[in-house]
This record gives sequence, structure tokens and C-alpha cells, in this order.
Amino acid sequence: MTHPQLPALSPILIVSATSVVVMLAIAIKRHHTFVASVSIAGLALALVSTAGVWPAFATPHAIMALLIIDPFACFYLGVILIAALAVSALLHTYLGRYQGHREEMYLLLLLSTLGGMIMVASRHFVSFFIGLELLSMPMYGMAAYLVNERRSLEAGMKYLVLSAVASAFIVFGMALIYSQTGTMVFGDIGAKLAELTDGESIVMLGAALLLIGLGFKLSLAPFHLWTPDVYEGAPAPVASFLATASKIAVFALLLRYVIDTQATRYAVLVNALATLAILSIVVGNVLALRQSNLKRLLAYSAIAHFGYMLVALIASGPLATEAVGIYLLTYSITTLAAFGVITLVSSPLDHEVQALSDYRGLFWQHPGLAAILTLALLSLAGVPLTAGFLGKFYVLGAGVDRRQWLLLGAIVSGSAVGLYFYLRAMIQLYLRAGPAPASADTALCFPAAARSIPAAVSAPVHWAWDAGGGALVVLLLLMLTLGVYPSPFIKLAQGAGIEPQPPTPMLTAVRR
Amino acid sequence: MTLLCLLVVPFIGGSLCCWLQRFGAAHARRVALGTMALTLALAAGLWLSGDYSQTLLPSGASQPGHWAQHFSVPWIPRLGIRFSLGLDGLSLLLVTLTALLGVLAVACSWREIESDAGFFYMNLLWNLAGVIGVFLATDLFLFFLFWEVMLVPMFFLIALWGHDIPGGRPRLYAAIKFFIFTQSAGLVMLVAILALVFAHYRASGVLTFGYADLLATPMSTRTGLWILIGFFLGFAVKLPVVPLHSWLPDAHSQAPTAGSVILAGVLLKTAAYGLLRYLLPLFPAAVAQLAPVAMWLGVLGIVYGAVCAFGQNDAKRLVAYTSISHMGFILVGVFAGTEEALQGVIMQILAHGISAAGLFILCGELYERLETRDLRNMGGLWARFSNLPQFGLFFILASLGLPGLGNFLGEFLILLGTFKTHPGMAMLAAVGLVLSAVYSLILMQRAFYGRSGADSPLPDLDRREFAILSSLMAVTIWLGLYPRPFFEVSRAPTQALQALNSPAATAASTTSIERVVP
Repeated sequence: MTHPQLPALSPILIVSATSVVVMLAIAIKRHHTFVASVSIAGLALALVSTAGVWPAFATPHAIMALLIIDPFACFYLGVILIAALAVSALLHTYLGRYQGHREEMYLLLLLSTLGGMIMVASRHFVSFFIGLELLSMPMYGMAAYLVNERRSLEAGMKYLVLSAVASAFIVFGMALIYSQTGTMVFGDIGAKLAELTDGESIVMLGAALLLIGLGFKLSLAPFHLWTPDVYEGAPAPVASFLATASKIAVFALLLRYVIDTQATRYAVLVNALATLAILSIVVGNVLALRQSNLKRLLAYSAIAHFGYMLVALIASGPLATEAVGIYLLTYSITTLAAFGVITLVSSPLDHEVQALSDYRGLFWQHPGLAAILTLALLSLAGVPLTAGFLGKFYVLGAGVDRRQWLLLGAIVSGSAVGLYFYLRAMIQLYLRAGPAPASADTALCFPAAARSIPAAVSAPVHWAWDAGGGALVVLLLLMLTLGVYPSPFIKLAQGAGIEPQPPTPMLTAVRR
Repeated sequence: MTLLCLLVVPFIGGSLCCWLQRFGAAHARRVALGTMALTLALAAGLWLSGDYSQTLLPSGASQPGHWAQHFSVPWIPRLGIRFSLGLDGLSLLLVTLTALLGVLAVACSWREIESDAGFFYMNLLWNLAGVIGVFLATDLFLFFLFWEVMLVPMFFLIALWGHDIPGGRPRLYAAIKFFIFTQSAGLVMLVAILALVFAHYRASGVLTFGYADLLATPMSTRTGLWILIGFFLGFAVKLPVVPLHSWLPDAHSQAPTAGSVILAGVLLKTAAYGLLRYLLPLFPAAVAQLAPVAMWLGVLGIVYGAVCAFGQNDAKRLVAYTSISHMGFILVGVFAGTEEALQGVIMQILAHGISAAGLFILCGELYERLETRDLRNMGGLWARFSNLPQFGLFFILASLGLPGLGNFLGEFLILLGTFKTHPGMAMLAAVGLVLSAVYSLILMQRAFYGRSGADSPLPDLDRREFAILSSLMAVTIWLGLYPRPFFEVSRAPTQALQALNSPAATAASTTSIERVVP
């Protein structure tokens, strides 16, 4: 590793160092707030160094053949670090009353973040896989962290088994592609594929397996079955990390892979992606209609949103890359805010408040939290003046620019269907506590549990003053700014494009 | 700058109302009333001090047009989006209508809303701010933003303060149906807007959402037709056009009184405004292809709305169906392509807004006293009130189209203008005049005449309600007997639209408005 490569890697190195420091701190003396502060400080320092690295490395800088630091990587590093910061602040509030060991959660969080960071900077199958496993393995522990709760253990086990299977698919796909192209660097794979005369079916099979594995990770239909259960069972901040950082890392890597290998030249692949997108949009929106659990609802909405993002990926081009960047940014902030409200509402209790009927009348007791959740739900629904609308607008623009009318129709229909459950969830916050009116059609509008007097909704009285609340206030400001004055963020996303890579001089020849 | 104030005043006033709730509902009510009165004063000031003889579209052969008032700042330069507002005669009339109905909506909900009045007025005022934004926006992204944003406060109004139908659907059903219908149509319109913007970008290399820049986008007729259909779908759900109207009876009848007044008086008119401001000028070639279909849909709406209205037992639902029927006239008039028809459309917009508001306020007052809106439980009410039935008679006659009142003028001009270019369509639409007499008189008969269930006198209108209804009555009579000020303000936009859409019809319509209305 030469001298200029160390500053380029500084965000990754800082997070690694923080994880080592946290490990030592836990070994020396357990102290929840100290460990949380060290993690937050380390992540913040990494974010600052990303902001410093970005202008310095405007021309892409490759680290051996494995990693590349360019504006694209810096943008997604920044988004992942913001997500990790918010999640660690929320974890501090969430674990405040937890009786068991609390500090290891931060260590797992840092390692998972590190894996995600490696993934977004990766341009080689090996770093892809290392990053993927480093991202996923701590997540198994994080999801199952509340070992005394059946649902948390179940979520962790489900995620472990399915994620390991997905990783196996990915490795198999990588092996098949490598066997035909002889290289693992993304840019060279594209060049080699263009020259390929036979063995195309093996490459197609490898690409299909890779897509299946990535589909699991991104919870695209029909590989989505784990998502609602894991979101429901995992602790709320962990679910938000799973929903944002891990998916961002995988999607950014997929985007870089598709651009570098020019995969959109192959009609078979484009059709497969389009089918996945339409299925995800339909499944995500339709299955959420009957949900009465807020976390499961957010899980299904995540499935639909990644369907929308896939449409932007299919409609390739510079506008599409910008669209994906904006959408991932707005989606992450919105999801973090929604899970943040769930965290804060649950924090004084010893169980999570998940049922929609338990949120009834939240506005009249905690107007701030209810307003944040309302804004988050409206943003997920895509109502203008919210952050989510900006993302949806960009995706529609990318689709119109490439005349993808079928996919656009799917987005419009999916959004229309999705409005129903977002509105139903949102209005719960404003209803006064009391029995629902007796009417034959109330089952359409109110979850069944709402017919009884719901439990009192709780949250700390001065919720804005502890770490999770502070993070939530920052997220609210970001959501409002993205909706009303998004120009600075658009400039960031615009700068985060990918330049086509020249082929690397070092290629290992494979014996045929 | 005044344009920005028109938007900001209701917005800030609404936020203030919500905050004042903790000090008592009376403060919130007064602030809401004061805010809307200030907005009305601003609109009136703009009317009296401005020159509305020009509009942006060129009306003469070589004269370029301009807005009477304009405000524009950059917003998202990457996408060519500016925060730009513009005012001409058409926008001014509609903004004044909005402000007036806003004052009356706040006034009529003085006693009706007991719980969370501050939050109610916040939603009401934010809704009005959104609607004013729709009428003022001259950037297509901003127009779409206000178009969608005005739905959210209305959703809250219907869902939280509306009425459930006893034995029927809860109000949340009506609110969600309203939101889903209008939002998804709006998304189709957004795709059409993006298609237009990208077509302009491909032709000229400039990415912009500005209204003036997009006006003469060169595109093939086929592209223009598809984009036109996208826009038309967005407006058709809001207007509403008959196959897509099923959200309206539920939303209108289950909304609180102030919500119904704003829905019928103003929100439906945003669709008519959209047709006049965006649909006709942006796609003149494709409009000629769509016109027969649209006019047939208009006639269908007139007849269907009237027939359904006749069969209703719920008074508010009956009035809601009459709105569908009146909006059918507007649809016919917009696509007729003559200046008389367009002037008639604008007059119908104003007159229907006022008369529908009056009818909904009356229904609300009857409900407050009788605890029912079912016509089967009413009857013989003329003897039990001293003032309310007279107002009822007046507004029902206005809705019927009695000459001398504004609605007659609007419908007559539309028919006159349509007859010049599509005589058969005008004859069919005129059937609507007969049907409107039928449903109006049946409403009058069932509610106020006939056998009554009890004989005791009921509490009559108090001073506040008397003032509201008298002012509505005064405006209706003014529209019917002395419409000259309104026609003068709207002359420039209608002439420009007519010149744009049917140059052949310019020769045909030698009758100017002065000869029809001296």
C-alpha cells in the first residue's frame, strides 16, 4: 500500500480503529455510556474524514485491485456512516433499561458498518464477499441480541440461515462467472464478457445465482419472505440498521457492478430485473394492506421501495445514478426517523410498542413524536414537500427519460395501493383513544385490536434531550430540508457518479 | 411579493391557530377569521390596483403577453425548477373566490367544531394556502406540488371531524378514497409533466419546468396526445368526470360543513382551472382530437349527476351529485372552443362555487338543528323556521339556473358558445337544465314542504349565520345582474385561449360579450 492510499482509506481505517478501541474498553471496564460515546465519536470522525477525502479523490483512486475510492464510494460511505450514527444514538436510548450486557451491541454495529463501507468501495469479487460477510455476520448477533425474547431469537435464526444460503448462492455465482471470464475485477468482467464466444450460458447462470443472492439481501420479491419476521423480531434500532445501512451497501455495490460490467446490454438480465422490480412493488404494497403491526408494515414498504429503486437502476444513465443516490438517501433518513419514533415510544417500557392500535392518539400526548412519524409515513407514501417525494420524482424522471412505460405504470399503481396503509397508519396517531365506532365496515379501516381501549402510549417526557431523541430531531430537520430545499443534496448526488474504469494491467490468466 | 404574501398569510395563520389551541378555542377561531379576512383584503387590493388587460398567452397577432403580477426565485437549478408565481385575470378571480369562501368556511364552523378547534383551523387554512398556491403557480413542478399538498389537510379534515353515515361507512373510508383517487391521478399527471419536460429538453436542450418556456414545445401529435391524456386524467378525477367521480359523493357528504364548502366551492375548481391554464394552452393540436370525447363525457356527467341526485335521500349527498352535474357543464364549455363558452365556464366556476357553498352551509345548519340529513325525516320545515327556508329557496333556485342569478348566466353562455361549434352537443346539454329543475324542486319539496313530523318551531339562524348566507346571496345576485367587472377581468385569458384553440372559430364568433351582456 503506497502513501496516498492511506488517506484515501482513512474512513475505513478510523472505523476499524474505533472497533478495536471499543473492544478494549469493554474488556477493561464495562460502561454503557462511555462505550456508546466512543463509538459515536469514532463514526463521526470517520464521517468528517469522508467529507475531507471526497474532494481530494475526485479522480478515482484504486487500492490494489480490491477497492476504489471515488466520489460514488464517498457518497455512500457518508450515507452509511450517517445511518450508523443515528442507529448508535438510538441504541443508547433503547438499551438504557436493558438488564443484560449492553456494550457488545456497539462493537457489532461498528463491525457491520465496516463491512458495509468495504462493500461500497469494492470493485472486486473478493472485497465484495469480504464486505458482505463482515456486514452480515454481526447482524445475526444484533438481531438476536435480546436473548430472552423469543421473537428476537427467532429473527436472528431466520436471518442467519437465509443470509448464509444467500451468501452461498453469491459465491457460487461468482465462481461460475470467474470460470468463464478469468477475472474478478468488475471492470474487466465487462470487457471479457463482450469477447466471450462460448460459455455464455454458464455466465448467465452465474449472473442469475448472483442476482438471487443479492435479491435475498435486498429483500426483493420473491426472496422477501424473511423480511417482515426479522424486522418484527429484531430490536427497533437493529431493524433500522438492517433496513438502511445493509441495504444501501448491497444496492450501491449492485449499481457499481451493473455499471462497470455494462450488464444492461443484456436483454435477459434487464427483463429479469424488471420482473423482480414489478413483483417487489406488487408484493410489497399488496401484502402490507392488512398489516396491523407497524414494524411489519415498514418491512413490506421497504420491499416496495427497493422495487422502485430497481426501476431507476434498470433505466440506466447518469440521471439514473443520481436518482438512486437521492432515493437511497431520502429512504434511509425516512426509515431511520420512523424506527426512531418506535424506539423512543418503547424505551420506558420493557417491551416494544409495535401494534398500530397502541399508537392511537399519540399526537395528543407527544405531538412532536407523532409529527415526526406522520412526516415519515407521508414521505414513504411519496407526498410532495417531503423527502420521499424527491426520491420518487427522480425515479419517475429516470423512467420517463428512458421511456420505461411498463415500469412507470407499476410505480404509479403501487404508490396508489400503498397510500391506503400509510394513511390508515397515520390517522391512528390522531384518533382520540376510545372504542371505534360500531359499524360493519370498520374492519376495513381499523385493525381489529382497536376495538378495545388501547394501552396508554408512553415516551420519556423530555425525549428530545437524550441521545436517541437528539438523533431524531436531526433526522426531522434533514427530512424537512430534503423536501423543501434539496439543492445541496442534489449537488452531492450529482457528483457521486461512476466513471468507466480502464482495465487493470494485472490479470491472472485462467487455464482452460 | 404580494403573491408570496397570499400564500404565506394563511400558512402562518394556520400554524398560529394550532399553537393558540392551548389558550382556548376562541382565540384560534378569531385568528383564523382574521387571517382569511386579511387574505381576502389582499386579493381585493390586487383586483382594484392591478391591470388585467393582458395575460401571458398572446391574444393579439403579435402582442406578447405578460403576467399582471409575477414573482420568481430559483429553487432547484439542477432540474430547472423555479419557485415562480404569476397572476392574471383568471387566477385573480379564483384566488378571490378562495379567500371569500375561506372566510365563510371559518365563520360557518364557529359552533360546529368543538374538539381540537385549533388543529381544525390549521388544516383548513393550510388547505386554503395550498389551493391559492395551485392558482398562482407558474412552474409545473410547483403546480404539481401544491396540487398534491392541498390533499393532506383535507384528508385530516374529513377523517377527524367528518360525519359517519349511521349504518353506513365510516368517514375514514371517504377520506382515504378521496386521497387515493386524487393522489394516483396526480401521479399519472406527474408522469405526463415529466414527459412534457423531457420532450422539451430533447427538442431544445434546456431542462425547465417553467410554464412560459414549455408553452410552444415542438412534439409530434401522437406524443402530444398521450401527454394530454395524462394531464386530462389528473384533472378528470378532480373535476370530476363521470366514470371517475365515485369519491365525490362520499367525501362531500361526510366532510364537516367547512370541508364541504371548500371541497365543492374551491377544490373542484382547481381542476377546471387546470384545464384552462394548462391543458388548452400546452397542447392546442391534440385538444382538437380529444374535444369530442371530453364533451360527450361532459354531457354524460350532466345527465348522470342529475339523475343520481334525484334519487338521493341524504340532502348533502344530493347536493354533492348536483356538483357533478354542474361540473359537466364546465367540461363541455372548456372544450367547445369559443370565447362565449369560456366566459361561461368562468362565470359557472364562480357562481357554482358560491351557490354550492350556500347549499352546504344550509345542510350543515339543518343538521345542527335536526340531527339528521335524511330527507325522509324532514318535511314541512317552512313553518318551523322564520328565515332559513327562504335562504334555502334562494340557493336552490340559483342551483336550478333561475335567470337573474349567476348560475343561469354561466350555463347560458356555455350553451350559447357550444351551439356555435357543436349544436347537437348543446342540445343534449340543455337537457341538463330541465333535469336541474327536477332535482332542485324535489329537494325543496321534500325538505321544506309537505307534511311535517312535528310542529314545534326550531331555533332560527343567528346573526353570524344570517350574515354568511346574506353575503353569499348578495354575491350571487351581483354575478347574475351585474357581471361586467368579472367579464372584464377574465376577458384577456379567454380571448387568448380562444385564439389559441380555434382560429377558425374567431371568424365564427362575431358576437362579442358586450352584445350578449350589455
